Amino acid sequence: MAAVQGGLVDASEEKDIKTEPSSDGCGNNDTNDARPLSTSPGSNAPGGNAKTSSGSTEEQQTLLAVLQFLKKNNLTESVEILRREAGLPEDSLDLKGSDSSGASSGGSAGGVDGVGVDASALLSRVTVSSSAGVQAPMKTSGEDQPDVNVVLSAYSQQGDPALYETYYSGLKRFIETVLDCHRAELSQVFYPLFVHMYLELVYNNHENEAKSFFEKFSGDQECYYEEDLRVLSSLTKKEHMRGNETLLDFRTSKFVLRISRDSYQLLKRHLQERQNNQIWNIIQEHLYIDIFDGMPRSKSQIDAMSGSLAGEAKRDANKSKVYYGLLKEPEIELPLDDEDEEAENEEGKPKKKKPKKDSMGSKSKKQDPNAPSQTRIPLPELKDSDKLDKIMYMKEATKRIRLGPETLPSICFYSFLNAYQGLTAVDLTDDSSLIAGGFADSTVRVWCVTPKKLRKVKSAADLNLIDKESDDVLERIMDEKTASESKILYGHSGPVYGISFSPDRNYLLSSSEDGTVRLWSLQTFTCLVGYKGHNYPVWDTQFSPHGYYFVSGGHDRVARLWATDHYQPLRMFAGHLADITCTRFHPNSNYVATGSSDRTIRLWDVLTGNCVRIFTGHKGPIHALAFSPNGKFLASGATDGRVLLWDIGHGLMIGELKGHTDTIYALRFSRDGEILASGSMDNTVRLWDSMKAFDDLETDDFTAATGHIHLQDNSQELLLGTYMSKSTPVIHLHFTRRNLLLAAGAYNP
Amino acid sequence: MAEERRQKQCSVVLPTESMKAMAESVGVGQLQEDSCVALSEEVSYRIKEIAQDALKFMHHGKRRKLTTSDVDNALKLKNVEPLYGFQSQEFIPFRFASGGGRELHFYEEKEVDLSDIINTPLPRVPLDVSLKAHWLSIEGMQPAIPENPPPATKEQQKSESTEPLKVVKPGQEEEGTIQNKTQGTTATDGKGKEKGMIRLKPRSTHELSVEQQLYYKEITEACVGSCEAKRAEALQSIATDPGLYQMLPRFSTFISEGVRVNVVQNNLALLIYLMRMVKALMDNPTLYLEKYLHELIPAVVTCIVSKQLCLRPDVDNHWALRDFAARLMAQSCKTFSTTTNNIQSRITKTFTKSWLDDKTQWTTRYGCIAGLAELGPDVIKTLILPRLSVEGARIKAVMEGPVVSNIDKIGADHVQKQSLLEFVIAKIRPQPDNVEQYRSDYGYLGPMLCSHVMKARTQAALQAQQVNRTTLTITQPRPTLSVSQSGLSGSSGPRTPSIIKVPSSLTLMSPRPGTPSQPSPPATKYIVMATSAGAASTQQVYVL
Repeated sequence: MAAVQGGLVDASEEKDIKTEPSSDGCGNNDTNDARPLSTSPGSNAPGGNAKTSSGSTEEQQTLLAVLQFLKKNNLTESVEILRREAGLPEDSLDLKGSDSSGASSGGSAGGVDGVGVDASALLSRVTVSSSAGVQAPMKTSGEDQPDVNVVLSAYSQQGDPALYETYYSGLKRFIETVLDCHRAELSQVFYPLFVHMYLELVYNNHENEAKSFFEKFSGDQECYYEEDLRVLSSLTKKEHMRGNETLLDFRTSKFVLRISRDSYQLLKRHLQERQNNQIWNIIQEHLYIDIFDGMPRSKSQIDAMSGSLAGEAKRDANKSKVYYGLLKEPEIELPLDDEDEEAENEEGKPKKKKPKKDSMGSKSKKQDPNAPSQTRIPLPELKDSDKLDKIMYMKEATKRIRLGPETLPSICFYSFLNAYQGLTAVDLTDDSSLIAGGFADSTVRVWCVTPKKLRKVKSAADLNLIDKESDDVLERIMDEKTASESKILYGHSGPVYGISFSPDRNYLLSSSEDGTVRLWSLQTFTCLVGYKGHNYPVWDTQFSPHGYYFVSGGHDRVARLWATDHYQPLRMFAGHLADITCTRFHPNSNYVATGSSDRTIRLWDVLTGNCVRIFTGHKGPIHALAFSPNGKFLASGATDGRVLLWDIGHGLMIGELKGHTDTIYALRFSRDGEILASGSMDNTVRLWDSMKAFDDLETDDFTAATGHIHLQDNSQELLLGTYMSKSTPVIHLHFTRRNLLLAAGAYNP
Repeated sequence: MAEERRQKQCSVVLPTESMKAMAESVGVGQLQEDSCVALSEEVSYRIKEIAQDALKFMHHGKRRKLTTSDVDNALKLKNVEPLYGFQSQEFIPFRFASGGGRELHFYEEKEVDLSDIINTPLPRVPLDVSLKAHWLSIEGMQPAIPENPPPATKEQQKSESTEPLKVVKPGQEEEGTIQNKTQGTTATDGKGKEKGMIRLKPRSTHELSVEQQLYYKEITEACVGSCEAKRAEALQSIATDPGLYQMLPRFSTFISEGVRVNVVQNNLALLIYLMRMVKALMDNPTLYLEKYLHELIPAVVTCIVSKQLCLRPDVDNHWALRDFAARLMAQSCKTFSTTTNNIQSRITKTFTKSWLDDKTQWTTRYGCIAGLAELGPDVIKTLILPRLSVEGARIKAVMEGPVVSNIDKIGADHVQKQSLLEFVIAKIRPQPDNVEQYRSDYGYLGPMLCSHVMKARTQAALQAQQVNRTTLTITQPRPTLSVSQSGLSGSSGPRTPSIIKVPSSLTLMSPRPGTPSQPSPPATKYIVMATSAGAASTQQVYVL
């Protein structure tokens, strides 16, 4: 749509198109919203609420009517807010909706916007934003889905239902006859148009026309939309539209298309020549056309990026800066290292090399320009035990095997036996000493995989008896009688879908169908906190790599950031259009990645709560995410069996790994990032050469600027190994500190 | 095609009859057609909606199978009370019933006697979840341990044998990495010349590890040893173990050589043991036997038609071995016969040829007839029945003529028994069973056949009535029992001929249409029962 200035001016010139001003306004609104609104991404949603059938004066009158209504009810504050938001002058109530008032108000708003647009466009912008804000409170019926009626009412306008097929096939014919270079781009229009036309027909009770329309054209749609089409096909009545989430997603969010300027002009000219208002209206209202200058994209380029519920990401959505570098490691290792070195003097060689060899350590010496400042978000201070753990980590790191295509990791598989298909989540501690499983019977079980047994802390009465001054007090507080290899944690009332150990191994998080996230102590093996906030199933949760914070996401489409000592979330990340299926922290804890059933991945800034990246390209719900250890890249796996690789800094897709035949539930980079391991429902673990995948990538300026990627199909070259398990789907992968790969899954005989 | 499928998706709606049935079940008697249509559309939509949500739970439960608990959870999402009492790991069997022109699928809820439940001892506690670690891969190579899948699945074995150029070691599919380099030599050698490939390939697949060698030794010894319990265990192992494909060439050689030697030595017991091994191999679902049929089939056929299989042909029951081998042959024809290898037609030809030969021994004749009879009613009808009168004459010559030898007589007797295929004839002959008619059709064997057929028919009618009483209107979706019905006797209309396939190779045909003289009941019902034994003698066809 008219998001880019060029398109906007063009569009406003075409006076014969009825709804052009209002839709212009929407575009304007969106561009302006991009930054200020993203602090509360939820409010992004009602973008296209304008009643487009009404002319601009009519809308103006509505606005004034609303103001009058508010005034009558003594809602003075609301009046103030509305007036301020709308940019209406103080006396606008007295001016009975004349055009001049609109123009003047538009003028004032225009100053703020700083975009050269004509008055009517601005006026409509005013009405749009106001209607979004006001309609909802005006409704007396207390519906929990805020603006269903508003949303649906946009469909009230209708043309002749019999002509829809003609319109659509006319456009189809046109697009089939355009030059090859434009065809692929313009074909993107088909799907959103198809959906909106179908919904319009359904909304206006033309059930039979809708059915025949669907039958006639659904076969033309790209295969990766099949899921949505299935949902759509079941929707045949107006009553069904109320409360249908997929539909609301479609309406509240504009379908984003990226089209080159030439192709766009071509389309526009065609539609105007044919006076094809129906289609033009839909394009104006419901589509966001991101116009770029340059060569039209090829079919494969488009296919790589499309597939998400709401089209591609807008280009400016991925423009903001992301500090993907790693935080400086605290320098604690040196004093203890010396004695260590003496102890192993014979092997002095690797010791000396260690600081350089360890990528994290070497980087920490000088500040990475891409790293966030150390204090960007407050992080917990290191305790003594953490420091000890860090030292252990450094020691282990020196013994780490350097992996590569020539030296593949060994894989140790942990099979859960007798799980009766009930294993739903697995996690391992960073030092690989504990493994936890979440089960469908709402239990969480923790096993110790080292010879050390799990022990509880003694009861309070017993603790009183021990000598608190003794050196081995930490040993004494443990109750030997409770030692066992595994412990069961009871507390949830539904299947446990997400599980995560804290980095210090003292806590365990679990998220469940019952809508809670629970924090368990691994000292007492009891539940400490139940975090309530998601009212629906929580699909995933994860601790921050620095502890203290954790993120959760679930069916309510909101990811929440929590701190363990707050019972309410610190941040709510709203923006996904469907369930959040997986959540991952960036290694520097400043960002959170969420994957969703809307087939997008979003990266959120923990500090501001903004969505800083939207990655589209998957063709199915995303079930696995993994950050590379250097924080630069992200890998994602979905039900479509593909792994996609993303460059976070540039916001680009940089690779596609094909090979799995079923949902990918586990992804993990090796400790040095050379190997990416993926585990799937198809009972295989696959190893990929991630170094090669990242090296092959050329990020020239053009690619970076336009976001047009050209992927080469080299999955087979990158695949290093496939290891089949015995009817055991792989649901978790973990690299030990020495780069041994651990896999876990439940054996299904 | 995709379009077609989508169209179906679009239009799938519950039938209005279901609405009516449901309404009746909650006490709403008369539901108007319009309301039914409206209801069914609404209900279909809601069901689809719930199914979509349930799928989410399935995905997050990391399962491939949708369970009832997923549906419950989906209902909970919608704030609907879940359906209690449908906890089931496996599918819930819906039963089908028809009557009064209506067809219903319903879930049978049995009345449960609480005292029974209380009095039954508690079932064993299911095993607790436990964790077991094993090596999936050691530095890139997958170790061959029981925890890992067999190195090659059936598909892989097949592709290996059919597409020799694409030989890859399982687990490390086509990547030009180090693992393949070890095999690379074979791949390049055989380039362009498939024959060379085939000859080269076995070298890699025939290497047995020490464990496998031990296993092979144990199994073969147990199979032909004297301890029956051990043999049963060994055969069980052959029939179920997934990782045997590497030993398959050895097994097949073992069997074919064993048959060769023991036929000469007339060792009936060993031949029987070897045939049981063949059966076990064929039962193993993970083996791709096609490659070794050239060894197995001759061995099996030998056991069917060989002149002499035992030391004392007049006393020993070598007939049983022939029957068993014939059944094996029929089974392998069914599973392995394709248009390229033509096993079935080749085997049929072999049998017929030696049967038609006048000089053939009675034992071989018996084997031929047994082998053919196992191949199904079509073969019987076209190949055996026309020859019955000739064969009857031959039998007559032996039975009633001067005694040539005891062996011949016994042989002829068995051939005669084998030739009495009353169950098949009962099916294909129209009803009044006339002795004279039979005599003219089948000669010497006619009268005996006639009496057998009549006996079979009465027996069938008797049993069918019993069946009729219990399960006439309700059929259960069990593999072992299938009932076909043309509706209740009240419903009229032309009856469509139906062909019912029963697992054990017996195909039923509907009666020859239009035999006016025949006083048939208003609607004929056919009930086929196959007991677990699966042999032809236990399958019965009843005509009401």
